[in-house]
Amino acid sequence: MTVPTQATKISIREALRQAMCEEMRRDADIFLLGEEVAEYDGAYKVSKGMLKEFGARRVVDAPISEAGFAGLGIGAAMAGLRPIIEMMTWNFGIQAFDQIINHAAKVRYMSGGQFKVPLVLRGPNGVAHMLGATHSQYIEPFLAHVPGLVVVAVSTPYDAKGLLKAAIRDDNPVIFLESEFMYGDTGEVPDAEYLLPLGKGMVVREGTDATVVAWGKMLKLVLRAADVLGDDVSLEIINPMTLQPLDTQLLVASVNKTHRLLVVEEAPAFAAIGAEIAAQIQERCFDELDAPVARVSAKHLPVPYADHLERATLPSVEEVVAAVRQLLYMDTQA
Amino acid sequence: MTKKSAKLSAKEVKSKQTAKMTATEVKRYLKVYRQMLFFRRFEERVHIAYTQGKFSGFCHLHIGQEAVCAGVQAALRDSDYVISAYRSHTQAIAKGIPAVQVMAEMFGKATGCCRGKGGSMHMFSAERRFFGGHGIVGGQVPLAIGMAFKINYRQEDDIVVCYLGDAAINQGQVLEALNMAAIWDLPVLFIVENNRYGMGTDIKRTTAIKHIYQRAQGFGVAAADMDGMNVRTVLKQTAAIVKRMRQDKKPYLLEALTYRYRGHSVSDPANYRPEGELQEFQQLDPLIQLRDDLLAVGVEAEQLQADVDAVKTELRVIEKQADAAELAPVAAIYEDVLVAIDGHEEH
Ligand SMILES: Cc1ncc(C[n+]2csc(CCOP(=O)(O)OP(=O)(O)O)c2C)c(N)n1
Ligand SMILES: [Mg+2]
Repeated sequence: MTVPTQATKISIREALRQAMCEEMRRDADIFLLGEEVAEYDGAYKVSKGMLKEFGARRVVDAPISEAGFAGLGIGAAMAGLRPIIEMMTWNFGIQAFDQIINHAAKVRYMSGGQFKVPLVLRGPNGVAHMLGATHSQYIEPFLAHVPGLVVVAVSTPYDAKGLLKAAIRDDNPVIFLESEFMYGDTGEVPDAEYLLPLGKGMVVREGTDATVVAWGKMLKLVLRAADVLGDDVSLEIINPMTLQPLDTQLLVASVNKTHRLLVVEEAPAFAAIGAEIAAQIQERCFDELDAPVARVSAKHLPVPYADHLERATLPSVEEVVAAVRQLLYMDTQA
Repeated sequence: MTKKSAKLSAKEVKSKQTAKMTATEVKRYLKVYRQMLFFRRFEERVHIAYTQGKFSGFCHLHIGQEAVCAGVQAALRDSDYVISAYRSHTQAIAKGIPAVQVMAEMFGKATGCCRGKGGSMHMFSAERRFFGGHGIVGGQVPLAIGMAFKINYRQEDDIVVCYLGDAAINQGQVLEALNMAAIWDLPVLFIVENNRYGMGTDIKRTTAIKHIYQRAQGFGVAAADMDGMNVRTVLKQTAAIVKRMRQDKKPYLLEALTYRYRGHSVSDPANYRPEGELQEFQQLDPLIQLRDDLLAVGVEAEQLQADVDAVKTELRVIEKQADAAELAPVAAIYEDVLVAIDGHEEH
């Protein structure tokens, strides 16, 4: 990943806010609506100060009616506005799945292309810490499954800003996945304006021995595992950034080089993104693979509350290290 | 046991209209008569086409409810928005989608208003501001407040008409939308077409209150009911509300008391209805009521008969055109899933 020289270290929270503010200054049709986004400055303070800058017409506090205001966003988008709808967390966004699946994803197709839905639905996704099962869910496997949606996952301040700006400018309904646990993460972000294209992944680190795919919090986990593995192993680490439509070409090119693939994801593996990647890679790279595609994921459980139970459920650095060693037959060859 | 609310009888529905009509009114209602006649015959032909196997899937007819469609539409202006559920062939036509495109859509033709991708339940026209045709009960209602949000955001003075059924009033997202319409003063005219049934279930078994419109009042939305069988009542009452809405910019819920003559969909024989109920409402038939009113003010019976014949011919031509049109091309199935994203072909 190359970041231009003129850059400033900021948090993901700040990167997302900058993306929204820059876009809202550029285009008066963009507004932000969600629970607590205005006067409270956002449940996770992502929209801090935005009410002051843009006023109550464009930064709107909504009642606790996720299905209702997701639908409002869809209708407003069909009528010509470009809404950003914040879900306090995606656990609550599940209330809006009817609107997202039955309406946002469908009206363009069912109308024979007459309507478009330029809408961003954004908010934290995945497990935070000790919130119990209702507040610790991953929605990307559900929604990446639905034709008619774009699904984007944020991993760093750099991709958060570039992807959110691109999502706001895109004419499709975009499901934009953040994390409560990552809002404070910092990283370099270019001072000059930039956008990251949707539908394109990024090689985070080049390598030759195995390809590891991860997004969101799992990208950090993989980078830590790579540190543990040290110079013995050359991992090519890929952040797909957009999960639907997936940059399969980038994955195929990498696997054709490394001949091995590990997917690390925070959701349980069954019918999740890793399963799809594994299927696509075996279809396209069967003769290139030197080992079965490996997956590290959460256990197939509602996420338990207690700290030690939660940790036992989620992917760990140790599991990733072990999976890489197994993928490279490191222990059997010794 | 479920608590049952009392159901409104046809007698309670009936409104009174003056015998007199001005010359302009006569002209206007002659047009409305012709339109309602067209809707009735259109739906009858659709039903026959269905039984002939010209298309399949779900097909919900609006027969009996023509006065609501024609009366409400006549109270609107062209730039107003309309959104509805799945019983909306005639509402789509009323909003200006050519009837042949609506029929062709059902037949899966390339000339259908949605190029064969929507079907009977999902008619759309961006150009005519008909925002669908929605098959999920209640699902269109949050979209309607979004359309009204845009009107306010851009400081325009159009309004949104959102049709929903009596049974949709028990959907959570409908109630969410009513609340948001109230807190943000969103100019949506919710028209609840109370045809007494949600599929085979009598509304009194699923809704404890007798007057659905009263529920809106609980959300701070002004509301009333109206005789949905008399098109003159519908037009007058709706026009007054629309006029008020353009000024006060507030939502309104109007419960149109009406009746579904046929089953829920064409495959439903509607055997669950109490004996005589249909006949009781047919006494209030919107076509007959208006016909009688027009005859009473001196319109010639021959003139109305001429409409009957003309509509018949018109529909024969429309169906022929829909029959003759090309099927929607299979090559286009991957089109319009997403607006193209660089590097990702539509397929
Ligand atoms: C969310 C949802 N639940 C169930 C259905 C199946 N369904 C279709 S129409 C209908 C009855 C709706 O009745 P009403 O709202 O009164 O409208 P009407 O059919 O009388 O016009 C039902 C249960 C559906 N389409 N969507
Ligand atoms: Mg009904």
